[in-house]
This record gives sequence, structure tokens and C-alpha cells, in this order.
Amino acid sequence: MNGKSVLRAVALTLIGLFFLFPLFWVVLMSFMTNADILRNPPSPFFSPTFHNYVALVSGQLVTTVGTQKIDYMLNLFNSTVLSAFSVILSLILGVPAAYAFARYKFRLGEDMAFTLLSFRFAPPLLVLLPLLLYFQSIGLYDTYIGLIWVYQLITLPLVLWIVRGYFEDVSEDIELAYRLDGHSWLSTFFRISIPLARPGIAAAALLSFIFAWNNFIFALILGSSSVQPVTVGALAFVTASGIEYGQIAAALVFSIVPTLVLAMFTQRYLVEGLSLGAIKG
Amino acid sequence: MAFLEITGLSKSFKQHEVIRDLSVAIEKGEFLVIFGPSGCGKTVLLRLIAGMMQPDAGDIVIDGRSVVDLNPENRDIGMAFQNYALYPHMTAYENIASPLRSRHVPEAEVGTRVHDTARMLRIDHVLDHLPKALSQGQKQRTALARSLVGRPSVVLLDDPLRNVDAKIRYEMRFELPRVLRRYEATVIYVTQDYKEAMALGDRVAVLVDGAFRQVAHPHEVYDAPGTTRIARLFGDPPINLVPVQPVTAAGGVEMNVAGGTVRLPADSAAVAGRDCTFGIRSEDIWVSLEPTEGLPVTLEAITPVNNRLVMLLRGDEGTELFASCPQGSALDHLRGRHKAWATMDLARAHFFDHGDGVRI
Repeated sequence: MNGKSVLRAVALTLIGLFFLFPLFWVVLMSFMTNADILRNPPSPFFSPTFHNYVALVSGQLVTTVGTQKIDYMLNLFNSTVLSAFSVILSLILGVPAAYAFARYKFRLGEDMAFTLLSFRFAPPLLVLLPLLLYFQSIGLYDTYIGLIWVYQLITLPLVLWIVRGYFEDVSEDIELAYRLDGHSWLSTFFRISIPLARPGIAAAALLSFIFAWNNFIFALILGSSSVQPVTVGALAFVTASGIEYGQIAAALVFSIVPTLVLAMFTQRYLVEGLSLGAIKG
Repeated sequence: MAFLEITGLSKSFKQHEVIRDLSVAIEKGEFLVIFGPSGCGKTVLLRLIAGMMQPDAGDIVIDGRSVVDLNPENRDIGMAFQNYALYPHMTAYENIASPLRSRHVPEAEVGTRVHDTARMLRIDHVLDHLPKALSQGQKQRTALARSLVGRPSVVLLDDPLRNVDAKIRYEMRFELPRVLRRYEATVIYVTQDYKEAMALGDRVAVLVDGAFRQVAHPHEVYDAPGTTRIARLFGDPPINLVPVQPVTAAGGVEMNVAGGTVRLPADSAAVAGRDCTFGIRSEDIWVSLEPTEGLPVTLEAITPVNNRLVMLLRGDEGTELFASCPQGSALDHLRGRHKAWATMDLARAHFFDHGDGVRI
């Protein structure tokens, strides 16, 4: 190992520590009691406890003033349902739309694509109050369907614009070649275009899942505790007797897991090269 | 009626007319080379035939059936692309098998036909490779195999030798006609290389500005180019084109060229008194360093091209001419400027109208 590679290893470790330290500290905190966490100066040496995790799973939050019921497991389930179905719906709607925007010139095409993107510019609060009134009157308030629908504002533009770029990079010649081989338009779409845009679809799915997972405001306003995700559910840890940092840390660890699993699963597709060298550049 | 007949085909993009009133008839089994400079409309023409674009006007009839309203998959056309357009996520085998899969050919027959085609193109040892693992030549052969394996009635080859190295290009010039004959294919072959056009085509169609300016046997295009434009495109070094005004004199026709006066052959009466462009190929000018009856010129430079020596001559009043001769003469090692005498084989000269460039 020469000097250069030692330096490199040290630098990488430092950068890694810098970015991973908060995560590391959260994991530590999730095994601490509130007293340990609030100790001054903070110390990484303590006697670990599973108290926080037990409280979350059992739904019983024991505080100094009494026991409080929390629905964190339900929140976790809600987050998963909302994010997963939002992404699935966005893929079903967004991937064919992205293909159309990438391949065909049609009237108002660019305007439509831009309008969809512009949903991301507007502050959500702008539309939330009218939406709340509409939702209450048509019975979508406090339903999964209602929230998944609103989540399309987050996920659909992402899917559309990321995947569109990837479809534009798929050579039209490859599609034409497949059709000349005697395959229908639909079969070309599923057998050629989608597989070649797969890294983009995976990236868009992962990103929009994370965005949906981290959303706070839509569910806060448009649902009650029965459909609210972890982001809103974490508010429950701010109790009358103080803030339960330990449980918050444990809740955070729980809430990171699904995204982490998904990221690891899609990574394979993310790194897969797009053109794989069939077209000479 | 010819096997493939294109009549009055036109296609515009916005105001720009790319293909204008183009017609051609191709016989079954014929090898037609479409030759033209870049941007002449070759790619658009192929896309119109393949069905990726709709023409604004005109008809394309294959084997008695109009195909303009058919989707690409129903036209029974095979195509090899300049960029190969292989499916990157499928092996060479699956790439080649693709046209058979769409026709639901039984698996055993797919195997036989893919292997037969691959063996003929000598890629049977790389069938399990993904395209990224193939060399340029293998990719090109795979694309070719895919266009042929389904035995389509028409095969379109879009400059397939453009991206392969010189060695493979020579190999394929020998192999292609043999392979295509085996498949009894009717072939439209697009190229920008006039030598390829000469080597491969039964006929050459010269595409300039969206229309065929000349459709003829390759040697006819070379020996009797229809316009100055075609003459200039076909040949390397390019043909010499000089504006001249032949006049009737002393019972024959004479003209001033490159600072001298030459007497034209007896059948040249048609050009007398006209504003013409005089064309002569480099190989029809002989150069001598000893005084002859030819035009006195200055030999400015000399360079070998394709086993010939190409010489740049300058006439007394500044006209530049290319001449060439086989290598192996005293000129081989000549350097610098020299006095020389040039004799033109006027029987092989061409005259074009100076205005519209059409052959006289």
C-alpha cells in the first residue's frame, strides 16, 4: 500500500464518518434511555436497552406521567401502503406517458409535460385547504385512495421526467429494427423500450418512493391517525411530559429500513448501463 | 410490373422537401445501390420504405401489394442499420432469432436457421455473446444475419460497412453478394462510397437533393455521368471540370483549356458554340516530363492514392487539373515542381451544359 492509497483510504473514511455519523448516533440513541440521551456531555458509553423498541412494537408509551397508547406500527404500515401504491400507480400512468412524450410530437405535448412538472413548483399548502374541503365533501378525506391520489403530485412528475429522458436515449433504430422483425408496437414497447429504460424506471421508482415516504404535510391535513404515515405519527412522541428522544430514534430506525431495502433491491438496475454498447457512439 | 416499385414519392419536413417525386422500379433479386452525398435524403427514403415514416405523396408497391398503409411489422422487409441497432439486452442468438420469433417458427427450426445463417456469416462461435461483447465486424454481421434470417422479400442495407474497419470492409465486399444471392434477396443498399457502389450494385441510383438523377449500371454512371454533380461525386480523385467554349474551326471543333488549344474528336459538333463544362477523369490525362504535343503544364505536387499516383497540374493561366497513373513509373519518387506536358484522351471526355450541368 503506497502513500497515495493510504491518503485515499483516510479521506474516504473521514467523508464516510462525516455523512454516516448522524445515522450512527440515531442508532445509538435508539438503544438509550432518555436520561442517557440528555446527559451532558454526551457519551457513546451506556447500558443499552430495548425499551424503546418494545414500546413501539407494543404500542405502549410509558412516560413519567403515565402510559400513552401510540400507533406507530400502524403508521409504518400506512407509510408502506401509501408510498408503494403511489409509486405503482405513478409507474402505470407515468411510464407510458413518458414514452409518448419522448417519442411523439403532439399538440400541447410540451405544455402538458411542463404542467405536470410545475406541480412540483407550487407549495403544497397552496392547494391543501381547497383540497381538504373537496375531499371532505366527496368522501376522500381520511382514505388511502385519497392520499394516494394526492401523492401523485409528488411521484408522477418525477417518474414522468426521469423516465422520459431514458426513453429519449433509447435508439429509435432499435425499436424500428424490432418492428421490422415482425413484432407489434405493443410488443416492441414491452420487450425493447421498457427493458432498455429500466435503469431510469428503477431510479424514478426509488426516488419517488423516498419522496412519498418523507411527505408530511399532505397526510397531516388530509387524513386522521388511521391513515397517517410515520412522518406524521412521530409527532406523538412529543408528549406532555417531554420529548421521547429514544422512541423517536427507534422510530427513525424503523422508518429507514423499507427505503434501505428498496434501494438495495433497485441498485442492481440503477448501475446497469443503459445502452450496453449495442449502438456505436 | 417490377417487384418493388416506388412511384412519385415525396416527403417534406416543415418547408423542407427531402424527397421529391422519386420513382424507381427494382426487379426481383436485383441489387440496387443508392448512392448519394450525406444529407441527400437516403435515410429518409429508407425510413419511408421501412414504414417508419409516412410519405406525403406517392406509392410503394412490393410484389404487387401497396405497403404505404402497412405498419413496419407487416411489410416483410429486413433491414440492417448503419449503427447495427442490435438489442443490447439479448444475445447474438436471440438478436438473429427475433424475426423468426415473431412468426412463431417452431423452436427446433429457429435453432437450425439461426445457426445456418450465423455459420454463413462466420459468427456461429459468438452466438451466446451479448452485443457489447462483439467486435464491430461481428456486430455488423449479426445485424446482417438478423435482416436475412426471416427471408424477407426486400432487404434494406443502410450503409452497413460504414463503421467497420478497412479489412472487414474489403472482406464483406466479396462476401455480401454471395450471401445475398443465397437468400435470393431483393436488395436496396445505401452507401456514400462510390467504390462500394461500383463493386456491389447491379444498378446504381444516384440520389441528389431528394430525387434519383441517374439510375444505371455502375460503369455507366462512372463513364457517362448524367450531370456535373454526379460526375463530381463519383470518382476519387474527383473529376476535372473546367468551363470551356468550344468553337468550330478549320473543319473541326476546338477549345481552349488550361492555357492551350485542343482539337476535339470528329463527333463533337453538338458542343460547338455552347457554354460548356468540360469534364475529364484523372486517369484520362497522361503526363510526360519530356516535351510532347500535349499541353505544357506545371506539375505542382504528386501523392499516391490507392495504388495510383495522383498529380496536381497547373495550366499556364492557372487552371488546376488532377491526373493519375499507375505506380511503378519514373514519377514514383519525384518531388517538387516540374515542367510537364499533359495529353488528354478526349474520346473519354465529358461535356455538360454550363447552365444546368446536364450531360450533352
